[in-house]
Amino acid sequence: MGDAMSGYSCVDHGLVDAILERYPREEPSLIQVLQDVQRAYNFLPCEVLTRVSRELGVPLSKVFSVATFYKAFSLTPQGRVIIKVCTGTACHIRGAPLLIEEVQRRLGILPGGTTEDAAFSLHTVNCVGACAMAPVVIVGDKYLGNAKAAGLAAHLTRGE
Amino acid sequence: MRIESRQQFDTAVAAARDTRLSKGREVWVCCGTGCLANGSKAVAQAFDDRIREDGLQASLGLYHKTTGCHGFCERGPLVVIQPEGLLYTRVRVSDVPEILDRTVRNGEVIPRLLYKDPATRQSYAKYDEIPFYKHQIRVSMRNIGRIDPEDLDDALAHGAYAGLAKALFQMTPDQVIAEIEASGLRGRGGAGFVTARKWKACRKARGDRKFVLCNGDEGDPGAFKDRSIMEGDPHGVLEGMIIGAYAIGAHEGYLYVRDEYPLAVVNVQKAIEAARERGLLGTNILGTGFAFDLRISRGGGAFVCGESSALMRSIEGRTGEPRAKYVHASDKGLFDLPTNLNNVETWADVGAIIVNGGAWFAGWGTERSKGTKAFSLVGKVKNTGLIELPMGTTLRHILYDIGGGMLKDRPFKAVQTGGPSGGCLPADKLDLPVDYEILSENGSMMGSGGMIVMDDRTCMVDVARYFLKFLSEESCGKCVPCREGLKQMLLIFDDIVSGRGKTGDVERIERLCQGMQLGSLCELGKSAPNPVLSTLRYFRAEYEAHVGRKACPAGMCRDLTAYEIVQESCTGCHQCPKVCPTEAISGGAKMKHVIDQAKCISCGACFDVCPEDCIRFFPRAEAKEAAHANADH
Ligand SMILES: Cc1cc2nc3c(=O)[nH]c(=O)nc-3n(C[C@H](O)[C@H](O)[C@H](O)COP(=O)(O)O)c2cc1C
Ligand code: FES
Repeated sequence: MGDAMSGYSCVDHGLVDAILERYPREEPSLIQVLQDVQRAYNFLPCEVLTRVSRELGVPLSKVFSVATFYKAFSLTPQGRVIIKVCTGTACHIRGAPLLIEEVQRRLGILPGGTTEDAAFSLHTVNCVGACAMAPVVIVGDKYLGNAKAAGLAAHLTRGE
Repeated sequence: MRIESRQQFDTAVAAARDTRLSKGREVWVCCGTGCLANGSKAVAQAFDDRIREDGLQASLGLYHKTTGCHGFCERGPLVVIQPEGLLYTRVRVSDVPEILDRTVRNGEVIPRLLYKDPATRQSYAKYDEIPFYKHQIRVSMRNIGRIDPEDLDDALAHGAYAGLAKALFQMTPDQVIAEIEASGLRGRGGAGFVTARKWKACRKARGDRKFVLCNGDEGDPGAFKDRSIMEGDPHGVLEGMIIGAYAIGAHEGYLYVRDEYPLAVVNVQKAIEAARERGLLGTNILGTGFAFDLRISRGGGAFVCGESSALMRSIEGRTGEPRAKYVHASDKGLFDLPTNLNNVETWADVGAIIVNGGAWFAGWGTERSKGTKAFSLVGKVKNTGLIELPMGTTLRHILYDIGGGMLKDRPFKAVQTGGPSGGCLPADKLDLPVDYEILSENGSMMGSGGMIVMDDRTCMVDVARYFLKFLSEESCGKCVPCREGLKQMLLIFDDIVSGRGKTGDVERIERLCQGMQLGSLCELGKSAPNPVLSTLRYFRAEYEAHVGRKACPAGMCRDLTAYEIVQESCTGCHQCPKVCPTEAISGGAKMKHVIDQAKCISCGACFDVCPEDCIRFFPRAEAKEAAHANADH
């Protein structure tokens, strides 16, 4: 975890400023702002959440309640490549559980987890709307349709 | 240029038809999520490059574009050649020069790229002759796959916003509502509430500030019609919403789009901007003085946010916790103001109904469910994809004539509809005509139109457990019956699938179901028992096998199942060791293979790949008994 944590204390406030500029400073902007923060930082850093709370005039407790309610948000840093295994119904009956196991076995992380070198995070998602190609795995932004456990290894190698 | 009168609208449409509808050939490359995943972007780029290099645009009057999803995602990337209506499937970049040379220049068909029916092995050249398309009637999906969703002029050329022009220039709001009423349109988001009635209530509600919302949360796993509509024809959705806003008297609206649908967000956003620029959205729409503007609200990835009141809380920037039903959204919805929410498909139907009339739409369907309905046909069926059919079509017709039958010709077991609030229907229900009431009466639901086909290798106890797990993760936790009921039920199911089931478990489950139906706050909890109750109703024997004999008849519950290779039939083809994730299978090529039971995790990968059907599964309990018997000797 050491490496991943070191980025914590020195968040780039320029990014938050730019995001806050895009929306009216009011509660209805909260989710949209958090989504952009998640995209910019790859997670929701605590310091940024306090900023957002202050700027939008939403109590910090409410910011946290929203940040933990929605699946799109994470409070811990994510790996550079995010692996999403679809566990929607179509994917489930066409073998998604095997795919999750395969990724787990290869990377040694559970769904929701991140590898120690912060290369990969594993998540399960409810349906990505590509059910006709079930089962589906998304590696980064690449969709793998009709995925087979045996074929996953090739996508789980660490680049340079 | 802004369109500011009826005449300018007609001129704009005529101009768009002139430039967008080619007199020569057209090449359409599908760039929906499915085809993109299969590499269609590179194919579209290759067409672009070649056509520009060879100056084909000018010499052949060739027009090419990218479109949204044709619904036949499994065969992507798809390329359609017009005016012939040829469909090429699984097109690769390397096929592009040949398509341009042979088909576009010389009108020749390339047999290799045609769709082959997996059941009959017959090839089809024409799009509308393929069984998957032949039986469809597309209303909400009328322009998907036909227009470039990023090009407003292309949409105009194909009839978009004609309904809006008719409504604004020729009809009063009450006439619009009357037309929708005559069409019999009911909500496509699940419950099937009569659309006109909802609009009327919101129109009557007091207050000047009202909202019109679009539900693009599409939370039911296995359903993707709303994604395809938003990606492939965002203008159809906008048009419906503007007409609805005019009828209701609303000036603001939101489109709530699932976070998992990035392409839909992009295409809808572009459509909003394009429509605003042309005066189809914003102040003074089409010069009539009517004002309505729209914003996108991206969901946060929570199933419950598809529920009407939770969705509104989410747009307000809060956690998506539903309200009790006695508060009506038509009075107190978004920001406690009168609000009307409809599903993506419902909105997409509106424009076509206004153009063609309510009676036209009501000409399809059953007595209580009118018009056509989009479904996503997925699971263990040969042709998977998106379809739109008249209400009242039988499940059998959908599964066999359109779906091409069961994958690998395995026996049919059930079809699941309605997502986590729905249920599973068995083989003897296949001749039921599909409409809202008939599905409900038989323990399932219309829901988002997901149809997930299951074969003998799907365990119905596992399916029920799957939905419970899904819902226990998605329950917002506000009310106790839903939060705790799901959790306790899931614990019992965990026991049953892992061989710890006890007599009385099934009865305990039934009592919990009752409690949840009676006591839950919102429909999520109230309908959560449906998958359990419907599998109990039609597949009780499977539950009994799990609890009583500790056996999973489908061989899917791993703790209960063991696999072995039948030695007499093994040909030593050596396929199974290649797919075994734990290297549990030994035996070289042309030799008899054997599964090491200590290493086997019962995943069934070998079973699915064996070409000779010589892998057998059996209850693990039997294996233990046999071992005991051996040890006793
Ligand atoms: C738990 C739950 C989830 C729902 N999810 C969706 C959804 O994803 N999309 C949708 O259109 N409606 C969904 N609905 C139904 C909506 O509450 C609402 O009835 C619908 O959007 C109204 O539009 P319609 O009348 O056009 O169908 C859901 C309802 C519940 C209780
Ligand atoms: S169920 Fe996996 S993409 Fe829909």
